[in-house]
Amino acid sequence: MAGFLARRLLGSVLLVAVAASLAYLLAAGALDPRANYADRTPKPPPAVVDARLTELNLNDRTPLLRRYLTWAGGVLHGDFGRSVTGTPVGEDLARRAGVTFRLVLLGLVCGSVLGVLCGAYAAVRQYGWFDRLSTAAAFVLLAVPVVVLANGAILAGTWANDQVFGHRVLLVGGEYTAGLDAGFWGSLLDRLRHLALPTITLSLGLIAVFSRYQRTMMLDVLGADFIRTAMAKGLSRRRALIRHGLRTALIPVVTYFAFTTGALLTGATFTEKIFGWHGLGERLISSIFTNDVNTVAAIACLAAVAVLCASFAADALHALLDPRVLDARVRGAG
Amino acid sequence: MSPVLEVERLEVSFGDVHAVRGLSYTVRPGEVLGIVGESGSGKSVAAAAVMGLLPPGARASGSVRLHGRQLLGAPERELRAVRGRTVSMVFQDPLSALTPVYRVGDQIAEAVRVHQKVSREQALAKAVDLLDLVGIPDPRGRALAFPHEFSGGMRQRVVIAMAIANDPDVIICDEPTTALDVTVQAQVLEVLKTAQRATGAAIVMITHDLGVVAGFADRVLVMYAGRPVEVGDVDDVYYRTRMPYTVGLLGSVPRVDAGGRRALVPIDGHPPAPAARPPGCPFAPRCPMRIEACEDREPPLFEVGAGHQAACIRWDEVRPWAAGDGAVRPWAAGDGAVRPWAAGDGAVRPWAHDDGAVRPSAGGGGGDGPGWPVVRGARRVLEVDGLVKHYPVRKGAIFKRRVGTVHAVAGVSFDIREGETLGLVGESGSGKTTALTQILELAEPQEGRVVVLGRDTARLTREQRAAIRRDMQVVFQDPLAALDPRMTIYDILAEPLRTHPRAPLRAHGGRAPGARVAELLDLVGLDPSHAARYPQDFSGGQRQRIGIARALALEPRLLVLDEPVSALDVSIRAGVINLLDSLRTRLGLSYLFVAHDLAVVRYLADRVAVMYLGRIAEIGRVEAVYGTPAHPYTQALLSAIPLPDPVRERARERTLLDGDLPDPADPPSGCRFRTRCPKFAGVLTGAERSLCVDTEPEIRTLGEDQGAACHYAEKLAVV
Repeated sequence: MAGFLARRLLGSVLLVAVAASLAYLLAAGALDPRANYADRTPKPPPAVVDARLTELNLNDRTPLLRRYLTWAGGVLHGDFGRSVTGTPVGEDLARRAGVTFRLVLLGLVCGSVLGVLCGAYAAVRQYGWFDRLSTAAAFVLLAVPVVVLANGAILAGTWANDQVFGHRVLLVGGEYTAGLDAGFWGSLLDRLRHLALPTITLSLGLIAVFSRYQRTMMLDVLGADFIRTAMAKGLSRRRALIRHGLRTALIPVVTYFAFTTGALLTGATFTEKIFGWHGLGERLISSIFTNDVNTVAAIACLAAVAVLCASFAADALHALLDPRVLDARVRGAG
Repeated sequence: MSPVLEVERLEVSFGDVHAVRGLSYTVRPGEVLGIVGESGSGKSVAAAAVMGLLPPGARASGSVRLHGRQLLGAPERELRAVRGRTVSMVFQDPLSALTPVYRVGDQIAEAVRVHQKVSREQALAKAVDLLDLVGIPDPRGRALAFPHEFSGGMRQRVVIAMAIANDPDVIICDEPTTALDVTVQAQVLEVLKTAQRATGAAIVMITHDLGVVAGFADRVLVMYAGRPVEVGDVDDVYYRTRMPYTVGLLGSVPRVDAGGRRALVPIDGHPPAPAARPPGCPFAPRCPMRIEACEDREPPLFEVGAGHQAACIRWDEVRPWAAGDGAVRPWAAGDGAVRPWAAGDGAVRPWAHDDGAVRPSAGGGGGDGPGWPVVRGARRVLEVDGLVKHYPVRKGAIFKRRVGTVHAVAGVSFDIREGETLGLVGESGSGKTTALTQILELAEPQEGRVVVLGRDTARLTREQRAAIRRDMQVVFQDPLAALDPRMTIYDILAEPLRTHPRAPLRAHGGRAPGARVAELLDLVGLDPSHAARYPQDFSGGQRQRIGIARALALEPRLLVLDEPVSALDVSIRAGVINLLDSLRTRLGLSYLFVAHDLAVVRYLADRVAVMYLGRIAEIGRVEAVYGTPAHPYTQALLSAIPLPDPVRERARERTLLDGDLPDPADPPSGCRFRTRCPKFAGVLTGAERSLCVDTEPEIRTLGEDQGAACHYAEKLAVV
């Protein structure tokens, strides 16, 4: 297993380097930090602008290759350069990555697990009431934009606070209540109350996607001869379906799960914005508007690392579910 | 002895479609019951009903009693306790019957642990013992392997091991050898016999192959359209047949032991669809003995002898098929009129080719060698000389590197003369399909030479290649996949005429394709008025006829047939074989006939080339190769084919081959067959063996038009 994963890791590192470099070159080529100084009053003298841009390694008069080498050299030492305002990119992003991670993690776990279960159950009872209902619900959820979904969740949360709980249980806005002093458990509870609605918003979309995907995979496996063999051995239908069916049907879904994780880290922008979480997605948008080459490149680099970490995790999970991939005797065809 | 399994008036329906309609049988301990039927006869559904494994939506009624206990309608918990312990099952397709992500040892151990309270280790030890019992070498090591590391035959052994894990009383085998090669089939049947001896279980053997049952079963039940139509002891059913359908089946099976070339007698039409069964006897529309009373009501099973029943109101007039006698059907003579089976079929006249001029080999007795002059045509339509095709084996995710070479075809030479049929036979992995695609590609081969219709494929211009494509046509294995479902038959047949516009102009003075399409449909025995229909409106046999018509559209000289009948049911197959045979005589075609079924090849081919692991093991006239095969592989192959003849089948001494085909990326040194050769293992002395190990044998001439690639070839009659 270790050898297999090590080989995969090596390939992943190579790909991260390529992806990050391309992202930097694209950002540096397309964004124009000099424009930030153009409409300032009083207009700073060109020499000062030049000096400032050079200091930040953003000067478009320096050849792209040299800027890239400077940037890459910094990245190798863990320094992602500075933003257009001069603050270090690394610190800012580290904080925001934490925020996004905390936001996305729970939603991702809930969404994928529930989605897989829904899909598998719908497949087993194909054309039953659950299948029909979950199919309809999934398509509605897939059709509704996240903005609407998030605001719907907020409205529903407020309603529940008033009508069901009687006081404010579900909190909207921010990651935690500022200035709260309630000890460890108190703060944790406070954070969870803030987390509930965004998690629901994120999960619903994921459940919709995963249930459709898992349903298809499961249907493929349901008719498979090996399920019949397992039942002919004397296994109950449920055990045959879980041990022999679900495990086999999960393999392709795992790959999908990994890539969703990677994409969500930078892709939960709307959810972050609406619930007032200051995460990576929010920063990515704003940094594009401020021509912040280094931040854009750093976020792209982070996204690449996230996707590749996820694909690495997918490989590990894949190997766990399907030990055949570890077998050296498996030959790649052609 | 009281029966273990009693099935009574079993009915299974899917909505309005009745798949099984009143099936009754009993099996006594240690007995083997063969259930024979074509696809759609309801035999597999009936087996699933016994196991309680019907797909959702199916309803079963009647009675299934195991040791007197009712299984049908029993609670799932009770059924679970029985499944895999008292009744177990072996399925058709071993490639998909095992869960791909678990080790085979664990899968067998699971079967043990479901029913027995044993520890994990004990169950695994039992699994290893079972693997040993079913003849898997190095069972301890192989138990840790995954299913994909096993060949088809080995996987079927694993499935059998699983089936006998809990000493069942009944083993239901649903087409257990259909997906396997003949030599592997012989091995697996042997394993089943071993398994039966070890467990004393009764076996219900479901198959479409009358040969498999003949030597294996004690009693036979023939199913047609969801009902049993003849039941009895094997000998009664085969030698004292009382149901026209069974007679027809036995007459339409190509036999590898047939003396000379007897025409096959196909059964007209095709089995009725379960949703649209004719009134009265379901076989009546296809039956040559049909009278009006047949259509009144469905005949019950009449008692026609001791323990022998047949569902035919004229059973006392039915006479069994006499093997070896092709021209007269004695059972039909009873009513004074000769009723040719194929009378309704315009194109096929089974015994229309007594024309010794075209095929000097027609006729003849025991098939024992050159009693007639061997005359081969002078003009060669296809010449293959030292053809080689190898594929690289690559490894690595990002940087692929070559780790070996698969020699799919490793130096194959043969030729086909005008008007001749060469059968290219071999088991899977023998390279016959690769050889075929190399010829069809019309490109320069990696090594060797291919000359099609007098032109070397290495030096073809564009125009010449197009011209050859017109003169060399193909018929594919799967008739449904080979026809575009969105095109009408007219468009399918007109397409080649439009693609090669000069051809119809040349031959038909520029007529519209319509006349030619009608002509083609008539030629292959289909109604020209059906040209506006789509492929899905036709049965399998009819679709294959359409495929043949398409191939004939441009009046080719050479027809390449890639397993043209292996996807068809037995009763349909004979009709297509006869059609191919008569077309060849009438149109003066040459055939390259690729098949794995040696019996079919015997009917159609003049010469046969037997391939093993990319090389030709034996080549020569059909009578010589089948009558007195000289290569040990040919001998083993022929002896592995079961005959639909119980007495001979029981008396036959089989040459079983050991193990599987070697890895074609790493073939054995010297003679490729030596690792499995019974002669090498049993007869040869050490000094003689070294020749086999060191030197690859070339084809040696052993008589008039027979050659074998064996250092110690010796003619031997095995069938």
